[in-house]
Amino acid sequence: MYPEKFQKSLAAVEAAREANTAYEPARMTAKEKEDLLAAYHPDYKKSEFATLKIGANKGESVPHELCEMLQAHSRISASDVDLSDVAYDVDVLIIGGGGAGASAAIEADNVGAKTMIVTKLRIGDANTMMAEGGIQAADKPNDSPAIHFLDAFGGGHFAAKKELLEKLVCDAPEAIQWLNDLGVEFDKAPDGTMITTHGGGTSRKRMHAAKDYSGAEIMRTLRDEVLNRGIPVVDFTSAIELILDENGKAAGAVLMNMETKELMVARAKTVIIATGGAGRMHYQGFPTSNHYGATADGLVLGYRVGAKLLYADTLQYHPTGAAFPQQIFGALVTEKVRSLGAKLVNRDGKVFMHPLETRDVAAASIIRECSDRDEGIDTGNGKAVWLDTPMIEKIGGEGTIERRIPAMMRMFGTYGIDIRKEPILVYPTLHYQNGGLDIDVSGMTTNVENLFVAGEAVGGIHGRNRLMGNSLLDIIVFGRSAGKNAAEKSKDVKVGALTLDHIAKFDAEREAAGIVTDAVSPKLLPDYRRK
Amino acid sequence: MENMVDIYLFGKKYSVPDDLTIMRAMEYAGYQLVRGCGCRNGFCGACATIYRIKGDRTLRTCLACQTKVENNMYVATLPFFPLIKQVYDIEKIKPTEQIMMQLYPEIYACVGCNACTKACPQGLNVMQYIAYAQRGEYEKCAEESFDCVMCGICSSRCPAGISHPQVAMLARRLNGKYLAPKSEHLENRVKEIKDGTFTELLEALMGKPIEEMKELYNNRDIEK
Repeated sequence: MYPEKFQKSLAAVEAAREANTAYEPARMTAKEKEDLLAAYHPDYKKSEFATLKIGANKGESVPHELCEMLQAHSRISASDVDLSDVAYDVDVLIIGGGGAGASAAIEADNVGAKTMIVTKLRIGDANTMMAEGGIQAADKPNDSPAIHFLDAFGGGHFAAKKELLEKLVCDAPEAIQWLNDLGVEFDKAPDGTMITTHGGGTSRKRMHAAKDYSGAEIMRTLRDEVLNRGIPVVDFTSAIELILDENGKAAGAVLMNMETKELMVARAKTVIIATGGAGRMHYQGFPTSNHYGATADGLVLGYRVGAKLLYADTLQYHPTGAAFPQQIFGALVTEKVRSLGAKLVNRDGKVFMHPLETRDVAAASIIRECSDRDEGIDTGNGKAVWLDTPMIEKIGGEGTIERRIPAMMRMFGTYGIDIRKEPILVYPTLHYQNGGLDIDVSGMTTNVENLFVAGEAVGGIHGRNRLMGNSLLDIIVFGRSAGKNAAEKSKDVKVGALTLDHIAKFDAEREAAGIVTDAVSPKLLPDYRRK
Repeated sequence: MENMVDIYLFGKKYSVPDDLTIMRAMEYAGYQLVRGCGCRNGFCGACATIYRIKGDRTLRTCLACQTKVENNMYVATLPFFPLIKQVYDIEKIKPTEQIMMQLYPEIYACVGCNACTKACPQGLNVMQYIAYAQRGEYEKCAEESFDCVMCGICSSRCPAGISHPQVAMLARRLNGKYLAPKSEHLENRVKEIKDGTFTELLEALMGKPIEEMKELYNNRDIEK
């Protein structure tokens, strides 16, 4: 039940529902999209970006909040740590316990490497757990890896590293098969055919799902498998600094117990950064759909030892974050809601865009509706537009919502909103870090040997925007591949003497650049205490 | 002006705005959470919480990120609960009744009190899915338990010592791997890719100049 102030607009939406359900809005032309993005997408707002003065990407611009963390002081100095006192000695050290980290661990274990996961919260506390909509793979007869490639390459503004995207689309069907063989439940027809839908910007229906718990189902299964294999998971422990060896190769990390603050040394032959995204940095003051620990730690760790970033200036604002009630402000409303037929409708009940444009375009279009066009609904927490969920039942029949998007029904039901009968209010929310550390096709960083990266911490797989369902896919494809390759590589690695010299070197660079800051990084967790 | 309510965090009284969730209220009160906070969106099960409203005997359970504070709410969080997870090799086990008997025999000690179901913050019929597991009906157990976030509240209330979320996890994996129908189109496609069926097509596409790719992208045909 919505408060009185929304009733007039709600009536307009209801009155137009019949016609809006049947209406097929035109898709935007390339030129229309370009102009819309330039005028309304947050990535194009120059005042929100700062220029890096030090490090491998000196001269490039990144969001202010990220710039501060990348150029900040380490949490330690070299003298705080006795590098000869090695608490954990492994072949492959994986930093991060989400989908990419868990996939990497399983594959490294398959190779026979001594593998360990370190994670600052619990294994599974990750954006993977919260991915709702699905995972792409071109496995239907009318589809092919080439079509998948074109959708993703175009959707990412032709900026993806082609060889990474090629790997993504070609390994996709096998990734689905691997998950299915681990026991992940996918939505299937009685004859075994995967039930697939569109996502924004897809030209074939290739979104595989497990209801709207797709990521949760994948994550809990991977976690179960990691535990079955007895792969050590050191939880509530963050990596706060990478360790190099005397030859400048990655050779471990300084770990910190999140509760006791005890410092420990982990030595490794290869290191995989699988630390995920950055939503909790709240770029440009946006709310986020991300989990509590999404603070760009891996980018900071990598940058300080000299690794390069790619496209760190591009973020994804998911068009449909919950805008009301305020208890769930910023929470993800899966794109699958639109895949199933719900359209975006403004204050006057008018459908203002095709519901399945790519995410950056859809977000910009909603921002335009709520700003210059003044067609948004005032929620008390800013403006928002309607996402007309009852259309889903009109198209798919009664029961579709409960069967296909039960998590959404529950999330709003908690606050007395029955999404089968009433539409919901949405506004863009900070969702995904398009950019990240630059890797080659093996998953290793382009300029720090033995340092691998997988998952959301990678930049370049998707270009400057990512399609729905390609992130769950990338954590599996590149997670597995990084695990395999890091494990193989570790066989030939002789770790030299460990050093933390890079900290002083980075300090000197900062000082020489005249940067004055008290900030320390990585951030590890946001601080939501009342100030 | 915000409406304030009194809540008691681990017995200590705080005054907080009435529109906050329990999790946000703890932060408002000054807690910097490390334990008991994960996705903040009802998917990860990190913030299992027990509470009682003053004057009411009923012990209530919830996820702290999904529940609004109430006046005179006594709150204790349950950031960890010692569930028993048995280790198995998914490649070697079979979806038979015996596997549950071997790994989780305590499920047969269920006394039918239904405390698990009453406690589930996801509103699942927990006792029913345990009954399915007892009978080896893994498909039904998987479906009934699907929305489980593994917070462990059910197990904290169980007099028989059952680790319900782990039982359901096993049932879902058995169902997903062995019982659900195979996807022929997926197997075919994996084989085609291995055989290099698409290599030429994809390489030709990747080799095209950007302008030509844009043309192809902007005019591609989109499945209805």
